[in-house]
Amino acid sequence: MIQHLVDGILVGSFLSLGAIGLTMAMHILRFANFSHAELLSIGAYSALVFDKLFESLLPILAEKIGPLSMTGALAISIVLSMAITGLSAVLIDRFIFQRVRQKGEELSMVFASFGMALIIRNVIGLVFGLSAELYSQDIAFAMVVSRDPLLLVKPDQVFVLIAALVLMFILHLVLSRTTFGFSLRAVAENPSLAQVHGVNLKRMIAAVWIIGGGLGAVAGIFYGLSYQITPVMGRDLVLPIFAATIVGGIGSVYGAVLGGFIVGIAANLALVILPSGYSPSVPFLMILAVLLLRPHGLFGEART
Amino acid sequence: MPEALLSVENLTAGYVPDLPILSGVSLTAEKASLTAIIGPNGAGKSTLIKVVVGLLPVTDGHIRIGAKEITGLSPDRMTGAGIAYVPQTDNVFRTLTIQQNLDLALKTHGNPQKRLADLYDRFPVLAEKRRDRAGALSGGQRQFLAVAMALAVEPELILMDEPSAGLSPKAAEDVLDHAKQLTAQGVTILLVEQNVKQALRRADHCYVLAEGRNQIDGPATQLLEDPTLGRIYLGGERRVPA
Amino acid sequence: MIGVLSYLVFFTTVAAILSIAVLGLNLQWGNTGLFNGGVVASFGAGAYGTLILGGPPQEGQLGGFELFYPLALFGGLLFAGGLAWMVGKLTLRLRHDYLAIATFGVAVAFENVMRNATNVTGGAQGIRGFERPMMETLGSGLTYNLAFLISVLVVLALVYVFLERLTVSPFGRLLRAIREDETAARSLGKAPARIRLLAFVTGSVIIGLAGALYGTFYAFVSPQDVLPILTFQIWAMLIVGGAGNNKGAIAGAFLIWGAWTFSGWALSRFAPIEVQLYTGSIQFVLIGMVIVGMLLWRPQGLFPERLVVSQPGGGTREKTQAEGLT
Repeated sequence: MIQHLVDGILVGSFLSLGAIGLTMAMHILRFANFSHAELLSIGAYSALVFDKLFESLLPILAEKIGPLSMTGALAISIVLSMAITGLSAVLIDRFIFQRVRQKGEELSMVFASFGMALIIRNVIGLVFGLSAELYSQDIAFAMVVSRDPLLLVKPDQVFVLIAALVLMFILHLVLSRTTFGFSLRAVAENPSLAQVHGVNLKRMIAAVWIIGGGLGAVAGIFYGLSYQITPVMGRDLVLPIFAATIVGGIGSVYGAVLGGFIVGIAANLALVILPSGYSPSVPFLMILAVLLLRPHGLFGEART
Repeated sequence: MPEALLSVENLTAGYVPDLPILSGVSLTAEKASLTAIIGPNGAGKSTLIKVVVGLLPVTDGHIRIGAKEITGLSPDRMTGAGIAYVPQTDNVFRTLTIQQNLDLALKTHGNPQKRLADLYDRFPVLAEKRRDRAGALSGGQRQFLAVAMALAVEPELILMDEPSAGLSPKAAEDVLDHAKQLTAQGVTILLVEQNVKQALRRADHCYVLAEGRNQIDGPATQLLEDPTLGRIYLGGERRVPA
Repeated sequence: MIGVLSYLVFFTTVAAILSIAVLGLNLQWGNTGLFNGGVVASFGAGAYGTLILGGPPQEGQLGGFELFYPLALFGGLLFAGGLAWMVGKLTLRLRHDYLAIATFGVAVAFENVMRNATNVTGGAQGIRGFERPMMETLGSGLTYNLAFLISVLVVLALVYVFLERLTVSPFGRLLRAIREDETAARSLGKAPARIRLLAFVTGSVIIGLAGALYGTFYAFVSPQDVLPILTFQIWAMLIVGGAGNNKGAIAGAFLIWGAWTFSGWALSRFAPIEVQLYTGSIQFVLIGMVIVGMLLWRPQGLFPERLVVSQPGGGTREKTQAEGLT
């Protein structure tokens, strides 16, 4: 039970990171982007490429940092991958979503995002192969935190949780302390008023994609560190991430953070009563529960 | 001869190209004066202001600030051109605090600290509530915040869309009085009003719009006496160019 | 020769069944502007429902009631409609994102449950041993398949006529009105949420009908038949055909199904062995590109909707909608 709870918190840390970008994009661009989880794949795979590259160029970077399976090479790769993924998100928006929006309406964007998800996922499969990859081939040993009840935690998981919380705190500071953050929130609330006060809408939309892509990349890499990297990871993560945004209330960054942890914990606790095969259904059950009890989520506001 | 700050020439515009809301509207607003635009519902008054600030596209005509052409400038570059806009509703960011609203408006100001202090001096009620969310303000306070945000960038011209709408009579008078005071400090104000008497009492010059066209205009005090005004409001007389 | 003929019969049967599903989706998306990210759940509900109710008992498995076929079919449609009603009831009052996410979720959960609830659905093995109706009279050869094809074509024609009538009926006009301007429709005293729910459920039942026929045709259904790709295929068919256009929907179904089977055949015939492992990936990329490409360059579809706008005088005027999907 305790083990499930702890595992759930760890899963929650990367679900939250993924959900933040999704909820921001949904709020500002007003469409449900079903290709958002593919940004996690792009992030995970580009980090894999950089990681291998640095390890072969500078073997010293292949040294592990402390008890982690993380290396210096991977640490640098995370930063580069955030940039690459953010840039990909901006380009996908510029060349696909914006053009579809001009031709049709919100619904067309949702369809287009499904199409993009299908393309990205399968192109990754074609380039990197369908089998799973790992950042490190070594087996990471879990630390025994407690024997009764038995509680095992891997050092990597602790790192993932702390790093995720640090990133979320930085985002919180940006949103609550900087005029850039105020501009983002202003655009989300009232785009034309924000423009009238000198906010450049295009630049803010690009910023949303960069933030969403950057955090998504970290989420994907952390998922890869915790499990493995596969071309279909986006397909498996898209529903839990959407569930996190709905639980938190679409448009709320803080809701997405909380929603991510709630979905992560619930999906793991559900394993106590449900056979493990059913875990992919848990996010859907959570969506149903939220829609029944509190349709606008924990922090969402009614908007049609 | 007083200097014209804003001049609008033969402006045709609307939401979609084939369906103009405004057809050939012209007006000028003189420097440091209060110009009012009045007219019946659906006359295109708010549309006119939105077109001037770049929120709606121009089909034909010119908009100038002094000698500088600003036709078709995107809305986020209006503050740079010295133009501020106070929309009728949703004119503050409800989810931000008052301080954050003002910080955002001051984003491009050279000395935001100093300017913020000035604004708080001018609107003590805002200073008092600086940490509250703007959504929690009363109607009149919200209107003052909106005006303060417009003033933040020290604009030459402020466009106001029905600043007194939805306010109590007292708050409405306060807001309009404040607009009048601003002209004494050299700011040019162009406002749209439903509240004809109140607007005309303070305005220097007034334009009457109906069906997207200029009807009559003149010094505000003269228009108050003009019988044509009543007829336009009652829907009788329209001056439509042949 | 018999080989070619029986293949043609087989191909046409599947394409016609998928056309029925595309017509159901068209009612939801084309006519009502509702997003259905879980086409496959309605399709699967129809197939599983019919086969569980109409199939023979299996050891260690619930169900297998051997119901009279029309009754089993009805049960399948009820299952598809019920599922749609539940999702629609919860989401149709909210902004459209919620419907998109919830329908997508129901499809994921549906496949997951079918795969795991072994004692009802046969799990990964699926439901086997279903006896197709009229087998005793018609045998199992080409004759049966031809008869089945004709029945499917009749059902397709009935659905088509039903939907065409619906589009020009007052109800159809109401759907269009709500799609164009919800506030106006509401101010006229119509309850948009209820009407959209009705359209959504009806569309899902039609998709469920396609699923039921599909299950009956193969006399077998497994989780492999309810993978998300089917949703994307059916969308691609509608997008290519032009949303809002029933004839286009059918044409799109035949076109995309033809392209899909052809590309699969060509890849397995001509591609090197190492590439063949990736046949699925290549085909998925192609479907994704059809969806995105059409939305980018020809959002009105290959066969644009011929909108019938009723005039106050009672006459009708036809116009070609060129602005895109709404």
